[in-house]
Amino acid sequence: MGKEKQYESVIGLEVHVELATKTKIFCGCSTAFGGVPNTHTCPVCTGMPGSLPVLNRKVLEYAVSVGLATNCEITRYCKFDRKNYFYPDNPQNYQISQLYLPICRNGWVEIEMPEGTKRIGIHEIHMEEDAGKLIHDEWEDCTLVDYNRSGVPLIEIVSEPDMRSAEEVIAYLEKLRLMIRYLGASDCKLQEGSMRVDVNLSVREPGAEPGVRTEMKNLNSFKAITRAIAGERDRQIDLLTSGAVVVQETRRWDDAKGCSYAMRSKEDARDYRYFPDPDLVPIRISEAWLEERKAALPEMRTEKIQRYREEYQIPDYDIEILTDSRQMAMLFEETTALCNQPKKVSNWLMGEGMRLLKERGRDPEDMLISPAHLAKLIVMREAGEINGSSAKEIFEVMFDTDTDPADCARERGLLIVNDTGGLTEVLRKVIAENPKSVEDYLGGKEKALGFLVGQTMKAMKGKADPAQVNQMLREMLV
Amino acid sequence: MKPVEMTAMELGREIREKRMTAMDAMQAVFDVMDRREESLNCYITVDREGAFQRAEEVQRKIDAGILTGPLAGVPVAVKDNLCTEGMLTTCASKILQQFVPHYSAQAVHRLTQAGAVIIGKTNMDEFAMGSTTETSAFGPTKNPWNERHVPGGSSGGSAAAVAAGECFMALGSDTGGSIRQPASYCGVVGMKPTYGTVSRYGLIAYGSSLDQIGPLCRDVTDCAALLECIASHDKQDSTSIARMDMDFTKALQKDVKGMRIGIPRDYFTEGLSADVGNSVLKAADVLKSQGAVVEEFDLSLVEYAIPAYYTIAAAEASSNLERFDGIKYGFRAGEREGLHKMYKKTRSEGFGEEVKRRIMLGCFVLSSGYYDAYYLKALRVKALIKQAFDRAFETYDIILSPAAPTTAPRLGESLADPISMYLSDIYTVSVNLAGLPGITVPCGMDAEGLPIGMQLIGNCFAEKKLFRAAFAYEQAGGQGPFGVCGEGK
Repeated sequence: MGKEKQYESVIGLEVHVELATKTKIFCGCSTAFGGVPNTHTCPVCTGMPGSLPVLNRKVLEYAVSVGLATNCEITRYCKFDRKNYFYPDNPQNYQISQLYLPICRNGWVEIEMPEGTKRIGIHEIHMEEDAGKLIHDEWEDCTLVDYNRSGVPLIEIVSEPDMRSAEEVIAYLEKLRLMIRYLGASDCKLQEGSMRVDVNLSVREPGAEPGVRTEMKNLNSFKAITRAIAGERDRQIDLLTSGAVVVQETRRWDDAKGCSYAMRSKEDARDYRYFPDPDLVPIRISEAWLEERKAALPEMRTEKIQRYREEYQIPDYDIEILTDSRQMAMLFEETTALCNQPKKVSNWLMGEGMRLLKERGRDPEDMLISPAHLAKLIVMREAGEINGSSAKEIFEVMFDTDTDPADCARERGLLIVNDTGGLTEVLRKVIAENPKSVEDYLGGKEKALGFLVGQTMKAMKGKADPAQVNQMLREMLV
Repeated sequence: MKPVEMTAMELGREIREKRMTAMDAMQAVFDVMDRREESLNCYITVDREGAFQRAEEVQRKIDAGILTGPLAGVPVAVKDNLCTEGMLTTCASKILQQFVPHYSAQAVHRLTQAGAVIIGKTNMDEFAMGSTTETSAFGPTKNPWNERHVPGGSSGGSAAAVAAGECFMALGSDTGGSIRQPASYCGVVGMKPTYGTVSRYGLIAYGSSLDQIGPLCRDVTDCAALLECIASHDKQDSTSIARMDMDFTKALQKDVKGMRIGIPRDYFTEGLSADVGNSVLKAADVLKSQGAVVEEFDLSLVEYAIPAYYTIAAAEASSNLERFDGIKYGFRAGEREGLHKMYKKTRSEGFGEEVKRRIMLGCFVLSSGYYDAYYLKALRVKALIKQAFDRAFETYDIILSPAAPTTAPRLGESLADPISMYLSDIYTVSVNLAGLPGITVPCGMDAEGLPIGMQLIGNCFAEKKLFRAAFAYEQAGGQGPFGVCGEGK
């Protein structure tokens, strides 16, 4: 019997999510990514003596909305605690976090697996501040600190150890990411670090007590997570089957080498000396405020899918894809509201839209096109002002720069020439120059007409509607 | 009257009414300083040139009618744990010996906005940890009344400077009595306001949940005026409170008729010196003669205040002082053998003995396995002490007590025995634990000619009652104010 059958993985996740606030959690500095080092800083986020933190209200709103979306209980009297440890990226040498009274507790999310729906428990969600960044300058043999990220708000979502496979882990993470993006609370990008996942894993024989677990860090993509879970599971099973024991420790995954190494064991576990931060007053959450937050929650995906089925005449397949991102769904809804052509809107987004996203390597969240411009493009095409290939060309320009399609068509000379006189002249010329084809058409060969249309389009440099050309040729060749 | 003998309010009036200039006032301060500062050591930083420049600027604004308030042109001193933009701020510690902040504390900002002129930064116990100003890395301050004695602490430099005439008024900070006790030892008026009344932004924290900035002054009127200036609701400090009753000078009325004053019987125990006890009881008689109703009562829990205070303050301090690590600012030891050795050496060399003792104590009471037994228990005691005061204030308007068990000890006596130094905070720490306002007013001299202070304690937000009682006592010809020590009045 292979190891797969003998052992079951028990997996819980700690997911850090950087919140999409404009300013930091405890001061007014910008959270923008990638500024010149130490330019998004002030006395508060650099831990200068005498500075004091003041909570950014938006952080609380986002944390509570994520808690509500994941069916958590919201802690009505919650506090921040200090987690004390010395490290240069942490300017105060304590991180302001939540240990004793986290903002959200006891929630769950549902994941769809081939064997059915499964519920994954959320132990808690707490708010905390991010640390700065150390930059090791090997050339100068020194380490520099950039505090731009210091004080960027995070929530940490701690799951129950309810997952049993990498597939469940990925399904859970995708569900979380989708929900958080729908809420607008974060863009949840693993590569950029706005979503960071630590995997707690142990193995056991089915039905047995959970074994000793390890915590895996440095997982920068879903693929790395999948590989790390397989790697750690195998490592632990190998240890157990060879009679050794699993040591409770934190490990770092090296995705390039496909293996992990120990960072610190439980014995070196630091005593963080947590205690309530006396600089921040406790947060009391009122019923009225909580009701306001509930009312402000956007329509989530499940409800959207239901409504689309009732409201729009589009296939389920389209609905699934359009609602996969809130931005895409909103673009669809708002464009449809303007042009009243749901299927056409869907076709544009699912076809050209998805194609270009893939080609440019961008997320639906980064779609620039505005509903007004897309609706205008669709109307122009319907009115025959541009032809199909011109529309695609314009769509691509809009995709990159959200240009007004009318301006774009004019600038690029893609508007169909409505001057019938001009077109008639060209048609006369085409008829005169192609007597054989004319004869074939009049003799009953429909195909010959297509050739004449093609010749006309060529002479018009594409600035004519083929349908119109076809129609006029038929009229002229009676 | 010589300028240096005036109160800040008297001086401010002279300046406003053009009989004196801000520069004359500053000169009066420096005349005293030239005679006494070398031996008293009230200041860590004296910015003579800057002080005169600022005085000139302020005078121009007074002449232009821009500055019209009572503090315009008045020379003030600021405790060295309050950040002052562009001016050295050391907390009397080697670890911050070169630290120049690029921002000012909110209280300092309000002071300069009002036209007060900062002379320099006063000496203190290192990081405000101590009761004598002897733990300063820059040498002790001496008591102006008798230079063989300490001025008290931790705001000893501020108290001594006010008493000696090296400034007209000063800012201090009070975590467990650090304004009220040195005010008592130096014969000046000092107040710790209700927690949240003065913004802590820019105050280098010792025990964040207990720290309050407050005034040290020549008399009660100055004290009310200075508090009125620095008190504010500040959005930069989450613990700052929006109050509608901060016009403290309105409370300066000689009227205590019917005011109910309680004296905690359990404060008058064997540790209290006879001179101090008698002076406080005499002060009670003065208030009684003015129509107050004075009674003794049992406050209870007195013996638990000191352990609870030192547990909570040390716990918070151990965390607050973590940022001093040699990485970003301040002193860094010459160690290059890796990060952890650098941390250790910097902090071992940068902090003094008392600070290290409290950091270790604080780390211990927060460490896993001891958190519940010490830190959490101390928080429960804190809540019980607050309840005991709540009960007392159901019956009494204010509480009258000594500010300290004795008058100022001799230099060197306290450092050898930290526990007895901690015990001398018995009458002041519970006020911080309960977040209450307390004011110290001079009420006599002991046989050696050292000042004695009484403490008036009010319920939260009852500063006005305290000012009224203190003012009434002062006006009724109680012992003090003593005027400027060595200048006569």
